[in-house]
Amino acid sequence: MSVSAEGITWKIGRRAIVDDVSIDVRPGETLGLLGPNGSGKTSLLRLLAGLRQPHAGRITIGGMDLRTTERRIIAKRVAFVEQHAATNASLKVIDVVKLGRFPHRSLFSSWSTEDQTAVEAALEKTGIAGMRDALWQTLSGGEKQRVHIARALAQTPTELFLDEPTNHLDVHHQISLLRLVSKLPVTSIIALHDLNHAAMFCDRLIVMKAGKIATAGSPEEVLTEKLLREVFSVEARIEPSRHHARLHVHYLL
Amino acid sequence: MIPARSAVWRIGLVATTILVSLSVVVLVIGFSVGVGDLPIPLSTTFSALTNRLGWTAIELEPIHEAVIWDYRLSRSLVAAFCGAGLALSGAIMQSLLRNPLAEPYVLGISAGASTGAVAIFILGIGTGAVSLSVGAFAGAFGAFLFVALLSNGTRGGADRTILAGVAASQLFNAATSYIVTTSGNAQQARDVMFWLLGSFGGVRWPELALVASVIGFGLVACLIYARNLDAFAFGDEAAAALGLNVGGVRLQLFALTALMTATIVSMVGSIGFVGLVVPHAVRFFMGPLHIRLLPASAVAGAVFMVLADIASRLLVPGQTLPVGVVTALVGVPFFSAILYRFRSPS
Repeated sequence: MSVSAEGITWKIGRRAIVDDVSIDVRPGETLGLLGPNGSGKTSLLRLLAGLRQPHAGRITIGGMDLRTTERRIIAKRVAFVEQHAATNASLKVIDVVKLGRFPHRSLFSSWSTEDQTAVEAALEKTGIAGMRDALWQTLSGGEKQRVHIARALAQTPTELFLDEPTNHLDVHHQISLLRLVSKLPVTSIIALHDLNHAAMFCDRLIVMKAGKIATAGSPEEVLTEKLLREVFSVEARIEPSRHHARLHVHYLL
Repeated sequence: MIPARSAVWRIGLVATTILVSLSVVVLVIGFSVGVGDLPIPLSTTFSALTNRLGWTAIELEPIHEAVIWDYRLSRSLVAAFCGAGLALSGAIMQSLLRNPLAEPYVLGISAGASTGAVAIFILGIGTGAVSLSVGAFAGAFGAFLFVALLSNGTRGGADRTILAGVAASQLFNAATSYIVTTSGNAQQARDVMFWLLGSFGGVRWPELALVASVIGFGLVACLIYARNLDAFAFGDEAAAALGLNVGGVRLQLFALTALMTATIVSMVGSIGFVGLVVPHAVRFFMGPLHIRLLPASAVAGAVFMVLADIASRLLVPGQTLPVGVVTALVGVPFFSAILYRFRSPS
């Protein structure tokens, strides 16, 4: 298994934000994490990325137990894109993307060809090579998001966790980003709000409700009218799209 | 990937920059040595230096040599190191706390140092056994420990650290005022006031040896940390996701700034605004990457402080102003400009 969690629980005070969650993600799989606001998606991603320690349960990534593995070793293979990461430093795009090489470089090592190749590839894939010298503060929300993704790709991860990466993006960039991520040869876990995106780009879905897994499986198994009513409190009709093979959710007026 | 010629070019550029910066520092110090009741020409100062190194044997007036070696050179060098240390500390604090208004004193270190100094000066605690400087140093580290514990072993995040620092400043300033008003006489209050505003008046070679080793160590240490500081750009969470041990690195860097600040404050009093002003000015020219920002801040801080020391001796004829007054007179307008900039949405 690429990512594996067994019965993890994480609390703030006495309230369990993530409550006895177990998941197994296969290498190369694109897993969609769905659920209403406050259902624990972000907290679960942070736990899986090793940024929080669960109060109970165990997480392994590629067989490494996160509790006993050094942060830098984790960061060499796990990249995490936060929802709102901002800075007031006037960094250039290229400087931000280069940060992705941080876990791979030792204290005194100089910038290597390998570092350069990873950064160039990341810039290329995210389509921001043309703005490498632009200052962070001058970028639009969508551009900033793509720079973050490029930074994550420069980490050359085998696991990529993204927290609502399509926020702030226009439709074109939403689709191209999800297409890019779903085609990458990495294990990705994406917290998403758009159910149609989830149906189109994810191999498997997990739906969370109040910190627990409400249901999990392929999009066809998970996305049902009953689930949308119970978890998301919306009425919808779901059918295979006429234009692509995946499911399509029609929300009812 | 990087062509060889560009690498050579780059090394040349770095070497030139270092050479030019050091020359500026040396020139400013040379100029500073010449300023005072007995003006000394720059050429005399450099001759005295080369004489002492055994490179030349130029005849100089003994009074000039005495003033240079016994008073002014050590004073100017201490000023340079203090400026460098304060600017470095400011640059580190601003990056770690991600707050443009952070400076060394935000941790309450100067307030703690003054309480320590005042306790010895006025209450006479341990007089004889320990000097004013030792008291100030103890007070500064007391304040640092207070802040470290209050901000929950620095795991509380940037905002809590700043709040803890503000609380510590209030507490220790209150303690200082309490001691001065209840136990001090008018003359003591005046002396304390003067000491708090900063003065290079009393410093000689032993002080230079101490401050040079502490700041030298600080500069090397924080250059080793330069990439780690870059990784803090997007906050603690992003730094942790890049593999940084956020709590550990932050505590180590805070301890480093506390050490530098405490050494400086215990020696020359609390000199404000250098730590705030200099890193911001340097960022405009050098950008935010720490491998350049930190050494440039150190150089700029050194030059700024030596110039401030010169100004403190020249502004009012026949009288030396507290150097803290001069730095604040420059610092406050700059501080206002930063506030003004942050008022408008960027």
